[in-house]
Amino acid sequence: MTVGARMSTREKVLWYVAGAAIVVYALFPVAWILSLSLKTNAGLTENRFLPGEVTWENYRLIITGDASDLFLPALRNSIGIALIATLIAVVLATLTAYAVSRLQFPGKKLLLTTALAVAIFPVISIVTPLFNIWRTVGLYDTWPGLIIPYLAVTLPLAIWTLSAFFREIPWDMEQAAQVDGATTWQAFTKVIVPLAVPGVFTTAIIAFFLAWNDFVFGISLTSTDASRPVPAALAFFTGASQFEEPTGATSAAAVVVTIPVVIIVLVFQRRIVAGLTNGAVKG
Amino acid sequence: MSATRPTTSGASRAGADATGDGRDAVDPRPTGRQEGRARRAGGRQPLTDRARGERNLGLLLVAPAFLVMIGVVAYPMLLAVYDSLFSYRLTAPDQRAFIGLQNYTTILTDPLWWRAFTTTAYITVITVAVELVIGFALAMVMHRAITTLRPVLRTAILIPYAIITVVSAFAWFYAFDLNSGFVNQWLPFVGEDFNWFAERGSSLVVIMLSEIWKTTPFISLLLLAGLAQVPEDLQEAARVDGATFWERLRKVTLPNMKAAIMVALLFRTLDAVRIFDNVFIMTAGTNGTETLAFLAYRQTIQRQEVGLGSAISVLLFLLVVLIAVLFVKVFKVDLSRQRGE
Repeated sequence: MTVGARMSTREKVLWYVAGAAIVVYALFPVAWILSLSLKTNAGLTENRFLPGEVTWENYRLIITGDASDLFLPALRNSIGIALIATLIAVVLATLTAYAVSRLQFPGKKLLLTTALAVAIFPVISIVTPLFNIWRTVGLYDTWPGLIIPYLAVTLPLAIWTLSAFFREIPWDMEQAAQVDGATTWQAFTKVIVPLAVPGVFTTAIIAFFLAWNDFVFGISLTSTDASRPVPAALAFFTGASQFEEPTGATSAAAVVVTIPVVIIVLVFQRRIVAGLTNGAVKG
Repeated sequence: MSATRPTTSGASRAGADATGDGRDAVDPRPTGRQEGRARRAGGRQPLTDRARGERNLGLLLVAPAFLVMIGVVAYPMLLAVYDSLFSYRLTAPDQRAFIGLQNYTTILTDPLWWRAFTTTAYITVITVAVELVIGFALAMVMHRAITTLRPVLRTAILIPYAIITVVSAFAWFYAFDLNSGFVNQWLPFVGEDFNWFAERGSSLVVIMLSEIWKTTPFISLLLLAGLAQVPEDLQEAARVDGATFWERLRKVTLPNMKAAIMVALLFRTLDAVRIFDNVFIMTAGTNGTETLAFLAYRQTIQRQEVGLGSAISVLLFLLVVLIAVLFVKVFKVDLSRQRGE
């Protein structure tokens, strides 16, 4: 890159300072919650950033201790519900994005406008009616009761992200396959799907983040550990006694649910940025 | 939420493959490919078998996603409109009665609604403005950063984006909390026993800090995509002509990425208007920190006032529609690219 080639030492130092500032900005609150999770009960009220004495007690509390009854079912629910919602959203979005970017059919504009409208929709607005419907049809406090609204959150973004990826695919290959006698459907499954897998995978990550992050539905449409996801469960932690705050256990649980997210980001950062900016990224 | 995509795709490909972008779905005029097919089929029929097959497959493929979106969002929303016309409490279902628009007059004449409205507007304006500035700075650094630094910055910036909002809320809450926090010790101008969550202004500061930290990366990625669209030779020409950094920013960079900025503004504004998680975790709406989304939640889930809760939901929805329309009409935000056309 030309800018780098003629960069002076002073400029380079400036870049590293700016870079370091961004890293500190991004990691500071994460470091803080990690520090909290390692503090002892006494250390929690010392009003210091770093723990004086490091302990794993808070993690023991949420994995085998008193708080595990609350945390472990919530973790199971979160993983299961977010994965299923992601899978369904990505399958539906793949079919949709293919049709949108490749096929000629009426109503395309309506579909894309609908996706846009659903994406900007204030989700809290359907909490009241869903709460009401779910109670009558028996979906309240169940996995499907959360998976269904999560589709409303993940589908529009998945459709866009995938449509953008699909536009980058060399479509001539599909036509070549069709010339060779393949049907539209065969061209889709044999030629396009393998080319589309990276985009589909990135879309799945972004959709998973959205489902994993949900709190509005999680807190409103569940009442027990049968379906309550982690973000909602975090709000229910209580201290060992009524005089103690659940700070340590909450922080430890927060760290546990942040680990998978950080790993995904570390491994797939380039893809995720490309997915969010629809390919407009260099380097 | 959405992202912009680069304009590079359009021109080059449109020529090679006219049907590729499916620019106008309802347009009956034959496109290049269809024309070819029409010729093959004799050139008279308006719709060849092949084109009909394509149309049917297209409809079949999009139907599930379309029906899910309509079923999960549009149907409940219509139900909310219907429910909002009733006086209806879950704890007293027998007393359910049609009361017309009375729920709306109750809400709109209640200071509670206007207070939540003001709080929401306040949070939205400040967070979006701050995020736009920080997000732009982040995007500039990422855009120009040395190649070796780029993966590090991308990873760092994605962490707030990917973290659960509730986790962010707890991190910021505990940092400012009297019992566990370190902020009072670090800040020279506040007393050690200053309780941030005892009053409205300081509570909102912490709520907004968490919101800004968590969502700025998203806005900066949208702006990064916009920066990539600014022609490099224009920048170079301005530099050769002796334009300073600020001149180039004002005259070259910003005008060329206006579309990306407006789209980022619109999406973040609509996102900020529905702020809920941070408020719930930090203050539960006490001390005048209740937002519209929290008010809706409290009426339905906590007070089981389905009629009133539905009416608030409808009003919040109308507010979002109003903001979107304002952006599109007044600021002329072009969403066609966001729709994927």
